[in-house]
Amino acid sequence: MEESKRADVYSVSKGGEKKYRGMRNPRLDNVLERVQGRDSSLFKPSASEINMYQRHLDEVLADSGPKADDDLLRNLLDLSPTLSEAASAIIDDSFTRCFKSNSPEPWNWNIYLFPLWVVGVIMRYGILFPIRLVLLIIGWVIFLGLFIPIHFCIKKHEKLRQKLERGLVEFICSVFVASWTGVIKYHGPRPSRRAKQVFVANHTSMIDFIVLEQMTAFAVIMQKHPGWVGLLQTTVLESLGCIWFNRTESKDRMIVAKKLKHHVEDPDSNPLLIFPEGTCVNNEYTVMFKKGAFELDCTVCPIAIKYNKIFVDAFWNSKKQSFTMHLLRLMTSWAVVCDVWYLEPQTLRPGETSIEFAERVRDMIADRAGIKKVPWDGYLKYYRPSVKLTEKKQQKFAESIVRQLDDRKSTRSLTTGLRDGGLS
Amino acid sequence: MGNTSSMLTQYDIEDVENHCSQRFTQREIVSLYQRFCALDRSGKGYISGDEFMSVPEFAVNPLSQRLLGILEGLNFKEFVAVLSAFSPLATINDKLDFIFRVYDIRNNGKVSSEDMIRVLRDLSGDFLTDKQRQAVVTQALEESGYSKDYSLTPEDFLKVLSNGGLKMDVEVPID
Repeated sequence: MEESKRADVYSVSKGGEKKYRGMRNPRLDNVLERVQGRDSSLFKPSASEINMYQRHLDEVLADSGPKADDDLLRNLLDLSPTLSEAASAIIDDSFTRCFKSNSPEPWNWNIYLFPLWVVGVIMRYGILFPIRLVLLIIGWVIFLGLFIPIHFCIKKHEKLRQKLERGLVEFICSVFVASWTGVIKYHGPRPSRRAKQVFVANHTSMIDFIVLEQMTAFAVIMQKHPGWVGLLQTTVLESLGCIWFNRTESKDRMIVAKKLKHHVEDPDSNPLLIFPEGTCVNNEYTVMFKKGAFELDCTVCPIAIKYNKIFVDAFWNSKKQSFTMHLLRLMTSWAVVCDVWYLEPQTLRPGETSIEFAERVRDMIADRAGIKKVPWDGYLKYYRPSVKLTEKKQQKFAESIVRQLDDRKSTRSLTTGLRDGGLS
Repeated sequence: MGNTSSMLTQYDIEDVENHCSQRFTQREIVSLYQRFCALDRSGKGYISGDEFMSVPEFAVNPLSQRLLGILEGLNFKEFVAVLSAFSPLATINDKLDFIFRVYDIRNNGKVSSEDMIRVLRDLSGDFLTDKQRQAVVTQALEESGYSKDYSLTPEDFLKVLSNGGLKMDVEVPID
């Protein structure tokens, strides 16, 4: 985890004091502190079901409003707080940072490095890639050759069929991992099969699923994709008990919640893996966890995943490239190196809301993987923030204006009252 | 400044620096260029309104639409020049000019009470009635010694806003 030379505006220095520079969002530090729970003497969220995201956003964006100054014209004309916030957001904002993939800096423009680089490219594209492709094809042939017969033929021995299918899925995932020369270090106790437990992990790319699936056949909940990925989803993954959702459908959430509950209660189903961020993030930050996974009345087992960027940047920017291109990029890199930590299972503490629970687990995962947290909802990648947030700011401003008008009315009536009453 | 490479030449940087009257340092300009390229996802050479609105912190700002009018479609040089009002090196006149520009949507060099009411509407939304807005603006103008139909000039802005200082600085992060 590289430490940038400047005091990153989102970190808290060792002495515990908040450091921020100039006018740049000083409240963001406060908010992150609360979210990280480091200074528990500050604001403690109440037990009621408040949308934590909205509240934190309010605090981040709450501006001081017009000063309680006497000069009304000045208060009206002085747009500087609002404009500064807008300019600050344009110049740098924590949400866009979450999805920034660092473009590799060219290091090879040099008389002796360039030939080395060329050799490297030849090796990767000319030797490694064909070998990996062949390996992948063979693996798929074996997989399909076994999976299709087993799936359609062994209808009577349900348990046996499921066991075989699970083994095969683990096999094909291992083939995938081998096709990128994946070096994956697993830490912590391997997941066990038990009822009433779900697994949550931070999300960087679809390959997170493959990396984890290699070790344990999870049933995962994911967005339905188009193309060959979608085909795979509906055939192979369906047999594992995977659940699909559609981001664009609002009613979808309730249907999915029901499916989740049903799955978790069945002791024979595969352990359920959920990515509560809801979208791929660049493995330097985590966005807010959605509370859905945390209100299933189960033990939550956190998993932290961190990719080593030196070898390849595993972040899948779904807006920039298709999954196929992403896989090809991985297959033409040297290796995919990552660490997977299976963390201690957590349960909902008494008096804790599911949102607080989600945040606590996010703390654990972010700490372990050494990544930073931001108080944004990942879905803002696809949707604009709710109008209500702007309305809150407008309301605050309007109230202060009304207060200033009222003050003037009351002082005026006070002086006239004195004038009339005092001289009698 | 090619729109394919994300590299600025020294000549480009100096050109931009001159255009914004040295309000930003060269390192800040490089940083702003990276930001510009990050926001301009399709590499067209300017940032569209949609791309600005994809920044959540910007989208929730009550003045976002007005600022879009000023900022969208600008190339990098102009983008830096507009934002230079927020540099700590900018003079108070630079900042006042920017605020005036936000108000003076019809660009006629004067800010009438209509213009003020319009901005007040952006800032207060539906939480003030039209009558209240009119009353506030009239009251404010009269209290400061102007008639209620008066249109403010940049000099008036200077008079009203300069005492007490104007805090409108944003820092550009340098890696």
